[in-house]
Amino acid sequence: MEVTAQQAFDIEKIRKDFPLLEQEMNGKPIIFLDSAASSQKPAQVIDRLNDYYRTGHANVHRGVYQLSQEATTAFEEARELVRQFINAPSEKEVIFVRGCTEGINLVASSYGRKFINQGDAVLITAMEHHSNIVPWQMICEERGAELRVAPVNDAGEIDLDALYALLDERVKIVSLVHVSNALGTVNPVKAIIDRAHELNVPVLVDGAQAIPHTQVDVQALDADFYTFSGHKMFGPTGIGVLYGKEKWLEQMPPYHGGGEMIKTVTFEKTTYNELPHKFEAGTPDISGVIGLGEAVKYMQSVGYDNISRHEHELLSYATEQLKQIEGLRIIGTAREKASVVSFIVEGVHPYDLGAILDKLGIAVRTGHHCTQPLMARYEIPGTVRASFAFYNNKADIDALVAGINRAVLMLK
Amino acid sequence: MNQINSIQDEIIDEFAFFGDWMEKYEYIIDLGKSLPLIEEQYKNEEHLIKGCQSQVWLHADESEGKVDFTADSDAVITKGIIALLVRVLSGQKADEIAQADLYFIDKIGLKEHLSPTRSNGLVSMVKQMKMYGLAINAKSQ
Ligand SMILES: Cc1ncc(COP(=O)(O)O)c(C=O)c1O
Repeated sequence: MEVTAQQAFDIEKIRKDFPLLEQEMNGKPIIFLDSAASSQKPAQVIDRLNDYYRTGHANVHRGVYQLSQEATTAFEEARELVRQFINAPSEKEVIFVRGCTEGINLVASSYGRKFINQGDAVLITAMEHHSNIVPWQMICEERGAELRVAPVNDAGEIDLDALYALLDERVKIVSLVHVSNALGTVNPVKAIIDRAHELNVPVLVDGAQAIPHTQVDVQALDADFYTFSGHKMFGPTGIGVLYGKEKWLEQMPPYHGGGEMIKTVTFEKTTYNELPHKFEAGTPDISGVIGLGEAVKYMQSVGYDNISRHEHELLSYATEQLKQIEGLRIIGTAREKASVVSFIVEGVHPYDLGAILDKLGIAVRTGHHCTQPLMARYEIPGTVRASFAFYNNKADIDALVAGINRAVLMLK
Repeated sequence: MNQINSIQDEIIDEFAFFGDWMEKYEYIIDLGKSLPLIEEQYKNEEHLIKGCQSQVWLHADESEGKVDFTADSDAVITKGIIALLVRVLSGQKADEIAQADLYFIDKIGLKEHLSPTRSNGLVSMVKQMKMYGLAINAKSQ
């Protein structure tokens, strides 16, 4: 069984699906190690977008003519694909948004205006992306609520005792990241959700970095909200998903007003459309949704088993190899990690390292990774981050290690 | 030709010798070591130009309508580029600094380091250098 699964995963064949991996950067074959920022796209997704615009484009949910109906069908089929992909109970609970950032803003604003009041609290963690900090700060300020932050330990794991101590009946929502983009930590979201539910507190999970690597079942997690971006999971930019339990979405006021989200409009009173359309005002990103559906199909064809196994191999290989470099310190050494290795090299500024790697054709991210409070926690200006997708191979990591060695020689 | 441009041309000639990027960067890193460093007392919040990626400190002194710059950065490539900017602009007349067209950056292939997306503090630093030039020039008239 194991053997067949491995045979099914042919890394060379997969790499050929991604045209960008054949490109050069600064005259060198590109070594792309920044998939956590945004992944590359397989030809299947690119072709589907091309196809849609060439042969299938019309506005959705409006026209009586065939072309519009076909576009609507393709659009709604993609919603069904996403629903199955995350095992949501109903299509009503799958809302298309621009990305993870918009998903969080939607909940913060809409849930917040309905359920968060003076003296209430919102609980996040110290390893959140700015997009899971700022929207909560905004709504807390508006509603006179308190933003509580659960601390992170030296290894980059949430201090669960501290989190549970901050979780009381004043907390109206917990919002946390499934997989940290800066550290790679996989958080025990299921345990946290169960604990919050004992107090009837809903939980939003920022799944931006989880979906590309691990199978997510929103029902098994019992997450109240789960959001992610298409562009990090091999789909187009500008499209993402917010899953929300119907019982919350029904009670929440609309986020944006406009076409599509209404049932009837008079100047005196507007009634809103049903879920999920209530939260999808205006012409949606039709091609984005269709491209996202194709990305889901592509990921399913590769298979999460293969993805996880291959990426874990890469992660342990990279961790081992990087540790050999003198003065290199890995930031984020949690027991459970996904495809991210963040590090600093003693006496070397991340910016310098990134600039030299760039000239060697190696794309990594440097800086604070939109997690400034987390960098402050470790008292570092930022890190160099290498992140993998299933299309990376060991040769990519060897190139990275050789590049770092070369850069460090120059910089020290 | 004013001095600013002749120094720029000099730098362009120097860089023409390098075969590849690694040689260029080695040279830039070396240049950083000769940067006239900002005095400790000025290395504070007031003189800090914050970039997302790297930080830059800049100080200006004027004498007789000319401006002398001292600076520093926490990243060595940034520091080397600052050394080039200081070499071109420091000790020049305030009005010429304010109006300088820094074409050498592009010519030696360092334009990307001065793009706002790099967010390394260099773009703001060049602006700041010119602002000093403007302010000192205005004062002396
Ligand atoms: C953990 C995490 N949350 C949220 C986001 C925001 O995603 P987007 O910019 O696609 O909305 C990111 C993207 O970097 C992320 O890594």
